Amino acid sequence: MIRKPLRPLARIFSARTAGENPDLIEHANRRERIEMQHERILRKTQRRLFMMGGIFVISFGVIGMRMTALAVSEPIEPKARATAAQILASRADILDRNGRVLATNIDTHSLYAHPRQLIDPEGTARQLVEIFPDINVEKMAARLAGPQEFLWLKPAISPEEKQAVHDIGEPGLLFGPREMRLYPNGQLAGHILGGTTFGAQGVHSAEVIGMAGVEKAFDTFLRDPRFDGQPLQLSIDLTVQSALEEALYGGMRLMNAKGASAVLMDAYSGEVVSLASLPDFDPNNRPRPLTQGDASDSALFNRAVQGVYELGSAFKAFTVAQAMDLGLVEPGSMVDTKGPLRWGKHKINDYRDYGAQMSVEKVLIKSSNIGTARLSLMIGAELQKDFLDRLGLLQTTPIEVIEGPTGRPQYPRKWSDISTMTISYGHGISTSPVHLAAGYAAIVNGGTLVKPTLLKQPAAPRGARIISEKTSRDLRSMMRRVVTEGTAKMGDVPGYSVAGKTGTADKPSPQGGYYKDKVLATFASFFPSTDPRYVLIVTLDEPEDRTGPEPRRTAGATAVPVAAEIIRRVAPLLGIAPEIEPTLKNGLTLANN
Amino acid sequence: MTEMVHGPLPVEVRDPILPRWWRTVDRWTMASVLFLFIFGLILALAASPPLAERNNLDAFHYVHRQAVFGGLALLAMTITSMMSPDTVRRWATVGFGCALLALILLPIFGTDFGKGATRWYSFGFASVQPSEFIKPVFVVFSAWLISASFEPGGPPGRMMSFALAVVITGFLALQPDFGQASLILFSWGVMYFCAGAPLLFILSMAAATVLAGFFAYNYSEHFARRIDGYMAADVDPNTQLGYAANAIQEGGLFGVGTGEGSVKWSLPDAHTDFIIAVAAEEYGVLMVLVILGLFAVIVLRTLARLVQERNLFVRLAGTGLVSMFGVQAMINMGVAVRLLPAKGMTLPFVSYGGSSLIAGGIALGMILALTRSRPQGALSAVMRGY
Repeated sequence: MIRKPLRPLARIFSARTAGENPDLIEHANRRERIEMQHERILRKTQRRLFMMGGIFVISFGVIGMRMTALAVSEPIEPKARATAAQILASRADILDRNGRVLATNIDTHSLYAHPRQLIDPEGTARQLVEIFPDINVEKMAARLAGPQEFLWLKPAISPEEKQAVHDIGEPGLLFGPREMRLYPNGQLAGHILGGTTFGAQGVHSAEVIGMAGVEKAFDTFLRDPRFDGQPLQLSIDLTVQSALEEALYGGMRLMNAKGASAVLMDAYSGEVVSLASLPDFDPNNRPRPLTQGDASDSALFNRAVQGVYELGSAFKAFTVAQAMDLGLVEPGSMVDTKGPLRWGKHKINDYRDYGAQMSVEKVLIKSSNIGTARLSLMIGAELQKDFLDRLGLLQTTPIEVIEGPTGRPQYPRKWSDISTMTISYGHGISTSPVHLAAGYAAIVNGGTLVKPTLLKQPAAPRGARIISEKTSRDLRSMMRRVVTEGTAKMGDVPGYSVAGKTGTADKPSPQGGYYKDKVLATFASFFPSTDPRYVLIVTLDEPEDRTGPEPRRTAGATAVPVAAEIIRRVAPLLGIAPEIEPTLKNGLTLANN
Repeated sequence: MTEMVHGPLPVEVRDPILPRWWRTVDRWTMASVLFLFIFGLILALAASPPLAERNNLDAFHYVHRQAVFGGLALLAMTITSMMSPDTVRRWATVGFGCALLALILLPIFGTDFGKGATRWYSFGFASVQPSEFIKPVFVVFSAWLISASFEPGGPPGRMMSFALAVVITGFLALQPDFGQASLILFSWGVMYFCAGAPLLFILSMAAATVLAGFFAYNYSEHFARRIDGYMAADVDPNTQLGYAANAIQEGGLFGVGTGEGSVKWSLPDAHTDFIIAVAAEEYGVLMVLVILGLFAVIVLRTLARLVQERNLFVRLAGTGLVSMFGVQAMINMGVAVRLLPAKGMTLPFVSYGGSSLIAGGIALGMILALTRSRPQGALSAVMRGY
């Protein structure tokens, strides 16, 4: 910037010559300079003032617009937003194989309170107790008078209860819609279905999550909105299940057993048509798990799936099948059955002495431990283990209840010769009844593997071959003779040609060794014997038939008649036509006229 | 003696005071303030009964007090607005000394009324909050210092006023009252900005503010929670902000009706910091826009009149006062609509509060006094358009 000099020499000189005071010039210039500077500042502040004004206009405008936008937007219920988005209700139904409802949902309401809005907490507590007798009045009054803003009172209440609560007229008592899982058949198939509980709870909905059984195994599928409530169809037949449970329950009571289980399986597809474990429970109201004692005594324990037992002589069928399939023996081949069979320090005995030799067929019919052990020695440990493994008896079953993987078979880690012998007649190996059912289905259906399943299957190709068609056929006729002339004589059901193999296993004592008076009686059966359609496994835990002079515990006297009763009831329901014996030609000729 | 020799001084022939005042004062601004005061009373009728109920007082106890304080505030405004800029400056300088002293002595004689911050002197029947009073007088005093620094041979007024601002901010932060402290700093910044601060300096100030905010966020849990609440996409419906937003939505355009609102029962500060939420709920967003418009009228008219003002001191002081006034309203409403993080700030002239009302009256009186139309500078300068 070029500054104008305060004392320009030319003007000073001329002023001096004119006799004026040259300082006046300097003062005038100085004043001018200050004024210019002042103006510059004012000009600058003016611009800044305009900027300030602009900023204020914009700010006020933004606030005003935002306020208007907020005001014209819909108010959102503040509580609904926090939860509704996260909890998806509507769990898919569960149906039986014919489309009957096993599990569905009903709309109920939950009850909650806003204690701060309560007018009379104590009176409310008293009136609530009249509706819900399980509420403790003092505790409830204390909770309602407490400082919380929100209290859950009841997870699900019926419409009548809701009306009654409504009639109290308290503004602080509120209802939220609740979808509740309902099992319309009560206890029926309770172990299969398992039950549900409330998961995350919001005011407007609650998560229903599976607790056990199919409900838990298929939890994600049932809750997945992608499937749009598509129902889950099980292989269970509700009417068969009902008949089977009723017969099994009666049998359990009659035989004084403390528990029982039954598995009815399609011999080809592996579909479990019915599965029961007693004692059972109502999935609508699951009991609490036992806090002490043996978990396997709880009603929640699924004996058919979770329970692994030494199933005894029922295993002999596997040994005989393998020996025949390997071509080691024929049904008529003679086996040494002279007892006792000594092996090292072990000794194997039969139920009674069957003489020095028996045919293989007789070994099965009479259930000779010694004969079966001899067969297993012919087979050898390695092949036996491999065979049982191929049958799926050494792994957990793929059955679709959450308890499935807990039924892990137990067998000796070192498969010694003595193990081979005991395993040949079902001792030293523990499996679940479902394992046994799948194994039996495989050896009697013509020799192809089946995988147990609880889901209704479309017609599927046959599984991998386990034994030959012929072996399977021979085995069927041998096992038919077990019923007609062997250990399972009480199992014959007229018209349905039942076949099978009994198993009476002494129960192992927790102190080591075996109980003398506690057995697990098993009847592994299939019917009709000529063309097996279904496999039925019945086990009774500690049965005792006290009608005779001496208590009888063998499977032939306990599990077999129960199984027979079940077959008598369910076979017609399964649509199996009874074989009617041809009427004797009695010499009458029909008159044609 | 002089009179005896020369006779009495000739009486200056001037207009009577009141007509001259009426003719020169900014009547638009005055009317706006009056309307704000009336709206404040109406809203106090709506918002304060819940508080009165909580404190076991007569339902309209706070309305009566608001009317009394508001009347005093209007009186203070009128008296102040009759002063000349020089008188304003002189009284403000005196007042600044007193207010600063009061502020400094606050930790010794003050009381916190159990609210955790020592901000008040209690006189039994009423309490005084010095921080409210120091704001306008500080602005005027600082404006004087800054404008003096432009005079040839003037004091280093900008540095001095900044030092004062820092000292006052420190004392306010001690209380603690960060809201008022930031207003003090802000008003000084505005004046410095108007006095031609280099833009680079302004930018570095902004950067420093961001940096300070960053440190506060990391080291103050209280501050961090406020910011997190502001940043969250979804407002938690059980916070003050949630209630306020909901109230505005409930109110819609025309409101739910007088006395029908519910937010005043949920918000502890319904009568002060969230008065605008009560207004929006009961009378609708249209009333809020009217209030916003009144604030805008006051701020913009004042700024427009200051543009014509040629006295640097008057310009700076007026700008500082009116922008502090406007920003306070902006923050209050911006918080309610979640444009700004939660910060307690009263809405001038509308919120309840004795000190805030009277100090606001004084501030507006000063603004009115400074914006009265008067002869401007040298005719030559006026002719050139500056």
